[in-house]
Formats: sequence, structure tokens, C-alpha cells
Amino acid sequence: MSEAAHQHAEPTGFIRKYIFSVDHKVIGLQYIGLGIVAVVLGMILSWLMRLHLGWSTLAIPGLEKLSPAGAPGNVMTPEYYLSLMTMHGTLMVFFVLTNVPFAGFGNYFLPIQVGAPDMAFPRMNMMSFWVTFTAFLVLIAAFFVPGGPPLSGWTAYAPLSAVGQDAGPGEGWGQTLWALSIAIFCVAQLLGALNFIATTLDLRTKGMSLARMPFSTWAWFITSVIGLLAFAVLLPACVLLILDRTAGTSFFIPGGLVISDRLQAHTGGSPLLWQHLFWFFGHPEVYIAILPAIGIVSHILPAFLRRPLLGPRVLISCLAAIGFLSYMVWGHHMFVSGMNPFSAILFSVPTLVITIPATIATLLWIGSVYGARIRFTCASLFCLGFISVFISGGISGFFLAQPSIDTYLHATYFVVAHFHFVMGVAAIFGMFAGIYFWLPKMVGRMMNETLGKIHFWFTFVGVYCIFMPMHYLGLAGNVRRYAAFTDDYLAPLIPVHQFITIAALITGAAQFIFLFNLVWSRFRGPKATENPWQATSLEWSTTSPPPFDNFGGRQLVVHQEPYLYGVEGSAGDYVMQTSPETVEAR
Amino acid sequence: MGKAFGVVLIIITLVSTAVFIFHDFHGISLWLPVDASAHGHRVDHQLMETMYGSGLLFVLSQIMLGLFVWQASDRPEGWKYKIFPGGAKPMVISAILLVGIEILTLSFVGSKVWADIYLTPAAPEALPIDVQAGQFAFYFRYAGADGKFGALHAEKIDEGSGNFFGLDPRNDVAARDDVVVASLVIPVNRPILLTLHSKDVIHSFYVRELRIHQDIVPGLMIPLHFTATQTGRFEIVCTQLCGLGHYQMKAYLEVKTQEEFDKWLKDQEAAQ
Amino acid sequence: MKIKYFYPLFLVLLVSTALASLPVPPPAGGTVTGKVTYTGTPPKMKPIDMAKEPNCAKEHAASPVFTENVVTGPGNTLEWAVVYVSAGDQGSTPGTQTLRFDQKGCQYMPHVLAMQVDQPFEIVNSDPHLHNIHPLPKINPEWNKSQPPGTPPLMAKYDKPEFIPVKCNVHPWMHGWFIVLNTSHYAISGSDGSFSIKGLPPGKYTLTAWQEQFGTQAQDVTIAGGETKNITFTFKALPY
Repeated sequence: MSEAAHQHAEPTGFIRKYIFSVDHKVIGLQYIGLGIVAVVLGMILSWLMRLHLGWSTLAIPGLEKLSPAGAPGNVMTPEYYLSLMTMHGTLMVFFVLTNVPFAGFGNYFLPIQVGAPDMAFPRMNMMSFWVTFTAFLVLIAAFFVPGGPPLSGWTAYAPLSAVGQDAGPGEGWGQTLWALSIAIFCVAQLLGALNFIATTLDLRTKGMSLARMPFSTWAWFITSVIGLLAFAVLLPACVLLILDRTAGTSFFIPGGLVISDRLQAHTGGSPLLWQHLFWFFGHPEVYIAILPAIGIVSHILPAFLRRPLLGPRVLISCLAAIGFLSYMVWGHHMFVSGMNPFSAILFSVPTLVITIPATIATLLWIGSVYGARIRFTCASLFCLGFISVFISGGISGFFLAQPSIDTYLHATYFVVAHFHFVMGVAAIFGMFAGIYFWLPKMVGRMMNETLGKIHFWFTFVGVYCIFMPMHYLGLAGNVRRYAAFTDDYLAPLIPVHQFITIAALITGAAQFIFLFNLVWSRFRGPKATENPWQATSLEWSTTSPPPFDNFGGRQLVVHQEPYLYGVEGSAGDYVMQTSPETVEAR
Repeated sequence: MGKAFGVVLIIITLVSTAVFIFHDFHGISLWLPVDASAHGHRVDHQLMETMYGSGLLFVLSQIMLGLFVWQASDRPEGWKYKIFPGGAKPMVISAILLVGIEILTLSFVGSKVWADIYLTPAAPEALPIDVQAGQFAFYFRYAGADGKFGALHAEKIDEGSGNFFGLDPRNDVAARDDVVVASLVIPVNRPILLTLHSKDVIHSFYVRELRIHQDIVPGLMIPLHFTATQTGRFEIVCTQLCGLGHYQMKAYLEVKTQEEFDKWLKDQEAAQ
Repeated sequence: MKIKYFYPLFLVLLVSTALASLPVPPPAGGTVTGKVTYTGTPPKMKPIDMAKEPNCAKEHAASPVFTENVVTGPGNTLEWAVVYVSAGDQGSTPGTQTLRFDQKGCQYMPHVLAMQVDQPFEIVNSDPHLHNIHPLPKINPEWNKSQPPGTPPLMAKYDKPEFIPVKCNVHPWMHGWFIVLNTSHYAISGSDGSFSIKGLPPGKYTLTAWQEQFGTQAQDVTIAGGETKNITFTFKALPY
């Protein structure tokens, strides 16, 4: 494909340069910026939730001003708690875990890492961000509509989410806007995924064979394929949900329902249909969140271990295997849902099989750490932390994959611990590693390492204090999505919740160190050189930050494997991908 | 920095594991409650097997990571990295073999446990009880003296007058003696067959002590059978988000001796 | 205007103003009293099983409470029936006093709260646990709010006349009524079925009695002066 067809002139006006920009780097930063807004919002919501869980009668000053109906006398009502929980989940899963490691970093670095001047379809790329932004605005609007924000959880199980306001607060406009927001988000992701796939397949520079692509590019590529198939299912599901809510259809609503003493007019739908459609998207979504983080960590680690990872081909195969298997396991979210119990066994087996590629990947990382001399930077610490939390989160999957045990642990805090570790915290650690590693490239300034390390230690110890005890609560049968613990057997467990709340407040506060570091380094950090980490991939073969067309009119030629560290190169103990020198195999 | 990472990680690992092992702290029990069902010990056994296997994996992998990072911290400038003995192969082989064997065992044994609980029919002598969930309470129905359940009519549901199930005693004789109560009372050591249904949204039926958990889906009649082996009073809680009162949706399960149960049922029949 | 007429006029004005500012004497109209009764066999009220809320179950352990759809009194009388002027109303005064609707022991106090349009009322939670208040109007706007223990009263009012059932989803047995009326001439029958509507100016009225299970009954009454008329409403009861 001719490169010239893709060249746009560099825009000069502020709006075309920074707002409606077609530059994949600006779009990537926009995604990351939106993700930071969403993550701060989501974290503040989680603080409010945690405060309520620890001290359910606590008056939180100012809360009534924020939501007069949600917090009369500053005491949170259960419906407001559930709304915060729903918004926390939706913001974090869609607008943080999907937006930052995949859409954000992917947009910025995928074209650079394959040596392309931009994405395959720059205008579509711009559109996908602004559609995402619209989805975000629609979601936030749901906070302020009459009837209150939605409260059906990020899974929005029908018929609760489908029948309208007879089912209680939050089931009016709020829930409709939620479904609309997710539908819009799906459109954006579909556009983005197509763009990623086309760019990876068509715009690789000379010499950049598939085998020479960095792990991060592979991860974004595999994630795009997953995303293309997953969001294509969620989009129609959301449309059907909106129709059930507004047009009187009954896709997810069975007949004969009596809600708040009112016989519903719907008839003939299936609540399990929503669950199947949702989880057919929802489980791959877990991998949409975690695969880019795996890719980013695998990409960053070699630069600080100063050696290539063990078994690079094996690792990529593992990513592909995880992506492939992710489509066969959605039913493991539904072991107790009332579907045919026979299918539970069918879903259990591939779920357990996924642990094999995940274990291989983990062992490859640990084995690569062995015998290396590690450069301890914030980026490498977060990578090592990632391995640890990924193990902790993955191990609990053994329990939840088995229907016989899952029946006991389902919908308890054990599940909360599991998915927060494996997709929440692990992906966030991947993001932190990515920001500490790539910020010099993105803004041309180094981040402060001391502040970064303080941030790391608070975060690493903090997440264990928050999420480890949730496993114990789960074993004790502590049900999740409860606004308060009034049951006889739950009341004695409240001190554990108070401990978690305090840990969450401290860990959350430590994130402001990171935000400060980010803003301060952007303006006051020492200037970054072209290749501050002595790394090998293509993003380090251009200026920091890269010019509009990424390489200043040059077309790079790739000569090497992506991770030639620990070798005798002309520049030091590494050889850049663009270096034509001959390297002796070790 | 590497040493600190190794030490912190190993401390986290050991403390986390210790809480699993000791799990009783000044009256706060962070463990499964007593098992009061005929099938529960098999679930517990399966859980313990998984706990040992995955616990071992957890401790080993975290400590390995911690140790390797510790070792990596005071290596001299210009260090030539060492490759793990054998390279990637032992990793792949051990992962496939060890984890493979573990998951094969777990799926075979676990599937059998699952199948024996959820894929078997109830014993013919099982006591049938009708369970209805609604926002935000459970109600239980016994067939009464005639041994027949009255038919359900959604349009007749009127919670204010106590017609939670939508019975039609005016036209339906079988419904007149149905016993409707807010607690699930069952005799010990006798198979029980619940028929779960919901009148509005999805709820769930979860009794920790029975190791039983089943969503109650509107539009479906879901059978669930078990045998309680201990008398006592346990909590039934809803675990599927069903609206604002979700956290308050519960009922009590009272397991009585057969004689106590018979007397209780007779009293209830008289009171209806 | 000649000056000699001014003083008497001024005096008349002064006196009439003073009279108007005096407290209005109770309207010396007529009164309708009577009883609400039934014939036949009413349904047996069921004891309410509050086992799911231990606080309330304990509170009512000694004397169980029953459903209140049909509350009978001595001599086949009915409690909680609303008698009100449904046609020919005159001389109604707007309702300004704030009424109170309490949630206590998982029951509504009172079971039936009658009010006038635009009359404010407060909803109070006297229990140590949460309730949600979910009135189910068809004409007035609908809302559904929860009230955690210890939070301030919820204030509400309705601007259209309607008979609105009220429920608590958390405790589904809790059941009450908001009766929103266009008139200030109404009464709720007491535990002996008796009611009394005072201050009716002379005129011809239609009085309607409403009972939640048995529906409505209407009677015409003519009030001539300060008399007291006695009428009886009789509903036909069925056991199921």
C-alpha cells in the first residue's frame, strides 16, 4: 500500500491539532486523559461506597447537596449505594480498563511500533474517540436525571434493567441512558478495533514481519480481534434492551410479572438471553482489559531485565490461546443462573484450560526474572507488581471455574477479590508501568522516580490490604452488592470491611501522588532523550515526543527481533530493531 | 529496592496464607460455616483439594518471584544474564503437566460432585415446597392437608391482603388449605424438593450452611433438592441484585425434627 | 361626598374590618354521623408473618398483627372506611395542617391517611431499619424513595384527587393508603365503624363511603340547617 495515500498535512489550528485531531498520538492521549478523568471519578465513587460499607449510618458531609434524594440527611440510601456501584463498575470497565491500556496506549504506540506514520483510517480514528466521549457524557448524564442514576450493576441483568421504574429507583431514565451509553461505546470500539487490525496488517514498515512485532503490538492486535467480535454482540444486546425499555418489546421480559403489585404487559421474553448475550461479550471483555496490560508488561520488562523474555513465540501463542478460549467460557458466569446444569460442566472445562496459557505466561515472566540484573525503575517495579497481582488474581480462578465450588462462592466478595485483582489491579499496574515507561516519549519529559517509587509502595501494599481480605469474606459467605450488612451472619464481619475501607482510603490518596507527579513532570520534569531506557523497539528510534508523521519523513527499515538486550551491540548491551548490524545469537 | 520488593512480597504471601490457615479471630470467623447438608461435605472436600493445590501454586510462585527479584538486586554492573536451566521448555512442560493434571482432576471430580447435586432427580419421597421470591422477600408454600398446591394466577397477587402467591381460593379448592409462611421450615434428614420461581426480577436462593445456591429466574420454575442433616436456624439470603432492598432480602431456614415439624405444620394449617 | 356622611361610613368600614379579623366562628352547619357496616361473611384477616425482619417480629411476638384490608368491629362494623362528600360540596377550607404518616413496627400508622389536595404530609420512619415508601398513583406523579433509620422525615403532597395504595417493597406486607380528596368534608370510620362529618352548610350532598376491599357506596343527604343526620353505609362482604 502506498504510504503517500496516508499522509495528511500537519494541521496548524488549535482545534484541528488538539481537539478534532486525526493524529493517532493526540487521540491516544485523549483516550488516556478521558481514562484518567474516569478513573478519578470511579475511585471517588469507590471511596463513598467503602465508607458506607464500613459505617452504614455514617453521615458524609455534603453528600445531600450532591444528591438530595440519594442521601437524605447526608446518609446514603441503598439505592444511591447501588447507583455508585453501577457507575463505578461501568466507568472502570468501559472507560478505564478498555480505554487506557487498549485504546489509549494502543492508539499512541501501535502505529509507531510497526513503523507507520498514522493509523490506517485517521478520520475514523478521530471519530471513534469522539463517539467514546459522547458515550461518556451520556453515562455521566445518567447521574442527574429524574428517577436517579441506574442501579442494576455493570451487568444490568434483565428484567430488573428492562421493566422500567416499577422496579424501583434508578430504573427510569437513568437505566435507559446507561444502555444508550454502552451502545454508543460499542460503536466506538468497533471502529477502533477495525482500525487497529487494518493498521497492524497493512501498515507495517519494511522488514517488520509479524514475528518482529513487539509483544504490546501483538496484544493490541489480538485484543482488537476479540473486541471486534465481542462489542458486535453487546451492541445489539443494548439495542434490544433499549427497545424493551422504551418500545414495549419483550426480548428479556417473561410474561406474568407482578412488580410492585402491577401486572406487567410484557410477555414471552427470556431473562437468560440477556445474560448469554452480555457474558458472550463480558468474558472476552475481561481479556480486552488484561491482554493489553500483559502485552505492555511483557514489552517493558526486557528493557529493565536487560534480556529478552524466555520463549517469546510461546508467549504470543499464549495470548492468542487466551483470546481464542475467551469465547468458550462465558457460561462460567452463569453456573447458578438457572441454565441447564449440564452446560455448567461444558463451560467449566475450557475455563480451567485457560489457566494453562496463563500459567505458562506467568512462569515465562518469573523465569525471565531469574538470573537477570534488574534496573529498578517505577516502570519495572509496576511490572513486577503486575506479575504478583496477576498470580493472586489468577489463582482464585481455579475455585470459580468449578461449578461445584462456585455455587458456594458465587456473588460473594471472593468474586470481587478475584476480578479486581486479575482484571482491575493487574490492568491498572500495566497502565502505571506504561505511563512511567512511555511518558518521556509521549511528552518529552521524565517522571520523578522518587515520587513514583513512593506511589508504587503505597499502591502495591495497599491493593493487597484491600483485596486479599475480600477472599476471606467470600469464604465466610459475604454476599456482594449489599448496601449494608444487616444479616445476622454478616454483622460480625463488619470490622473486616472497616479495615478494607481504611486501606482503600489510604491507597486511593496515594494515587494523588501519581497525579501530582504526572502534572509536575509534564511541565517541570527533566527533558527526555530519544531513548532514555536504552530500549530497542521503533518508538525509541524517533524524537520525544515524535513528530506529526512519527519519524520525520523517514521510512524505517526493521532488521532485528524486537528484544535484543544483553548482547554485544554497537550502542551498548542492546541492539535497536532498526540497526542493520549483525548480532551473534546467544 | 529488589531486596525490599522480595521481602515485602514474601511477607504479603505468608500473611495472606496464614489468615487462610488460622481464619478464626476473636469471634470473627473467616471461613465456611458448619455444613448442614447431606451433599455439603463433598463440596467442602472439593474446595479443600482446590485450596491445597492452588494455595501451593500461589505460595511457590510468589516466593519464587520474590527470591528471584531479591537475587537480582545486587548484581554488578556489566552482569551477563543467566538463562533459567532449560529455558522456556521446562516452564511450558511443567505448566501443561502440573496445571493440566490438576485441572483434569478438578474437572472430573468436581463435575461428578456438581452432577450428583444438580443433575439428579429428587427422591420420590421428597417433601415438595413452593418458593416464591419477590422484591424483597421470600415466601414459602406447603400443599396443606389435601397434598395439592393451588394454581398460581399472577393477576391475583395482592401483597397487602397477604395473597403473595396469587392464589384464587374463591374458585380453586386446592388453594384454600395451602400454607403460606415467611420462613422455610423443614424436617431434618428428609429430602426436600423446592420449586423456585420469582414474581418480578431475578433473585437468588443462597444458604451457606446447605452449600446451596440457585438463581430464581422469573418465567422459570427451577427445581432444587437437598437434605438437611442438622437442626437449627439458618439464614436464606438473596445474592442477585434485585433493587434497592436487595441487602434486606432474606428469610430464615428452620430445620426441625420430624415431630416438631409435623406439629408446626398442623398449627399452621389450623391458622390459615 | 358630603362630610357628614363620611364619619358613619368610616365607622362601618372600621367595624366590618374588625369583625373580619376576628377568629371565624365554627361554621354552624349541619353534621352527618353514622356507621359503616357489612352484611355477609367477610374474609378472615391473615396474621402477618414478619419473620424476615427480626426487629418487627420481636415487637409483635406477643400479639400478632393481621392484614388490614377488612378490619371489622362489634356489630358488623367496618374500620378504615373513608366517608366524604363526593358531589355538591360547598364551604370546604384548604388543608394546611401537616399530616403525619409513620412507619412503626413494620406497619403504617395510620393504615389510611386521608388528606386534601396540596395538603403537606410528612413520612416518618420510627423503626431501627430501612423502609422504602412506594405510593402507586395512576394520575399523580409516582416516586419511590427509601428512608434509612434516623434520617429526617420525607415531605410530600399531591395536587390531584386520587386513592393511592402505598407499599413498602422491603416489607411487602406493609400496605396503606393515601386518600387525596377535593373536599375538607371527610371522615374515616373508627374501630366501631362510626364516622362524623361536621360543618356542612345547608344544601344537598352526595356522600360516598369507600372501603378498599369492597369498593364504594353513595347516599344523598340534604342538610337544612344546624341539624345532625344519621346514615348507615352497608357493604356486602364475601369470604374470599
